[in-house]
Amino acid sequence: MKQKQTARVISQQEIAPGIYDMWIATDLVDFAKAGQFICVYPKDKSTLLPRPISICEVDVAQKALRIVYRVAGAGTKEFSSYVAGDSIDIMGTIGNGFPVEEGIGKKVLLMGGGIGVPPILELAKQMKQAQVVVGYRDSNLFLKEDLAKYGEVYVACEDGSAGVKGNVMDAIAQECLEADVIYACGPMPMLRAIKKYAEEKGIKAYISLEERMACGVGACLGCVVKTKEIDHHSHVHNARICTDGPVYDAETVEI
Amino acid sequence: MNTQVTLAGVTFKNPVMTASGTFGSGMEYSEFVDLNRLGAVVTKGVANVPWPGNPTPRVAEVYGGMLNAIGLQNPGIDVFMERDIPFLKQYDTKIIVNVCGKTVEDYVDVVERLGDEPAVSMLEINVSCPNVKEGAIAFGQKADALYNITQEIKKHAKQPVIMKLSPNVTDITEMARAAEAAGADALSLINTITGMKIDVHKRKFVIANKTGGMSGPAIKPVAVRMVYQTAQAVKIPIIGMGGIATAEDAIEFLLAGASAISVGAMNFVNPYATMEIEAGIRAYMEQYKIENVTDLIGAVS
Repeated sequence: MKQKQTARVISQQEIAPGIYDMWIATDLVDFAKAGQFICVYPKDKSTLLPRPISICEVDVAQKALRIVYRVAGAGTKEFSSYVAGDSIDIMGTIGNGFPVEEGIGKKVLLMGGGIGVPPILELAKQMKQAQVVVGYRDSNLFLKEDLAKYGEVYVACEDGSAGVKGNVMDAIAQECLEADVIYACGPMPMLRAIKKYAEEKGIKAYISLEERMACGVGACLGCVVKTKEIDHHSHVHNARICTDGPVYDAETVEI
Repeated sequence: MNTQVTLAGVTFKNPVMTASGTFGSGMEYSEFVDLNRLGAVVTKGVANVPWPGNPTPRVAEVYGGMLNAIGLQNPGIDVFMERDIPFLKQYDTKIIVNVCGKTVEDYVDVVERLGDEPAVSMLEINVSCPNVKEGAIAFGQKADALYNITQEIKKHAKQPVIMKLSPNVTDITEMARAAEAAGADALSLINTITGMKIDVHKRKFVIANKTGGMSGPAIKPVAVRMVYQTAQAVKIPIIGMGGIATAEDAIEFLLAGASAISVGAMNFVNPYATMEIEAGIRAYMEQYKIENVTDLIGAVS
């Protein structure tokens, strides 16, 4: 179920340079799943379109939802100025989310890169005891401590300042990690590498994709990804990331 | 209070419609909007066969608006007739189908198929999409080409025909007159204004298609001006659109001479926009003691 509403900010802090961690009080948590996202609407009328931001953590008891996002432009800059008690316009929850059930009783590898790390947290919480591989640019290892509560965390760092020097694929190789199922969110080159790796190893990989979008509800057809099979909506090979995704079986998309 | 408007013999319960391409076939927005409250749902453009659309990125935000170059991705008329029309038929609203094509034959093919479907009240012919290389805009930027395709479509159409005009022309009244002379029953305007956005940090075009159609509140004054000019130039009714966000915006278009209005990009910003505008028009009529919404049409001085 999707709903647009004005919610309230519970707290916000900058947890790494340009990375903000916000808890929002909203009853949308009742529908929230790991890997789904919400649309956040700037109040400045010169920036009209909603910003899709992944759900980082869900606290059903407290009716609170956590987002962790990077300031990338005017919209996210505005959000970063919100403090506790401020209103925030959101719509959600959106997308299919990660198929958690596919990992039950299996050896699972959760992979997050950069601002793709946040959705991995709620997933790790639900998976319990998963292996978590996260990649960062530098020593600002945001959410690492949170992740460590729910699984074994392996870090890759591009500048070599922490963990394995390199990216998440380097970390897998160096730490000799194995899995039956991979769940991943991160930049496109990382997702391409995971898709290839999973195909070579013959294992399942569920990847969460990102694309510029306008409506967030499947109407504008802005955020499509090329698919192997004909998509059910337009009967071409372009599925809508907002509604058919954002999580896809890596085998089914051509990225 | 009477909010009904009649265009080309078709009566709509109110003048609020959805702009093609911003509302799918209503299904996605039916979670937010009671479609029964709309004068009409104008569907996403449909062609004779499925169209894959353009590469991504397809959308970008610009100051007070957005650019899009979707490229008319659509499932084709077969799926549309089997899935989208039956969905819309469940609601007490009029159905206007936007038709696109690469050749005159493509358009005629779709128009003929829709002729068998009495639930479709009107056809809107998309000769103004700036984002596809063949067809569409090629018919909408030259008066003689527009005249010819309008005449050809009118020969085959069972429902009244709306020609959707592009603002990317030197003189929109020339295009409007050509469509009217060829037998168009109504006009809708404006389609998007061709624009461009460049990422200065990456030094790349933001949209894969390089150019995209601009929509949103920033284009509204251009649209109001064009609706007014067109209303002065032709006798057939006009559906006005371009950046409508509020009931005040909608009324501005009616005063400029539109008989109905469409809400486009603002659906993305506020999924409840159409319903709020419908209620806002009634509130305006009450405030100014206006008995018939038609009294507002062209009532500017």
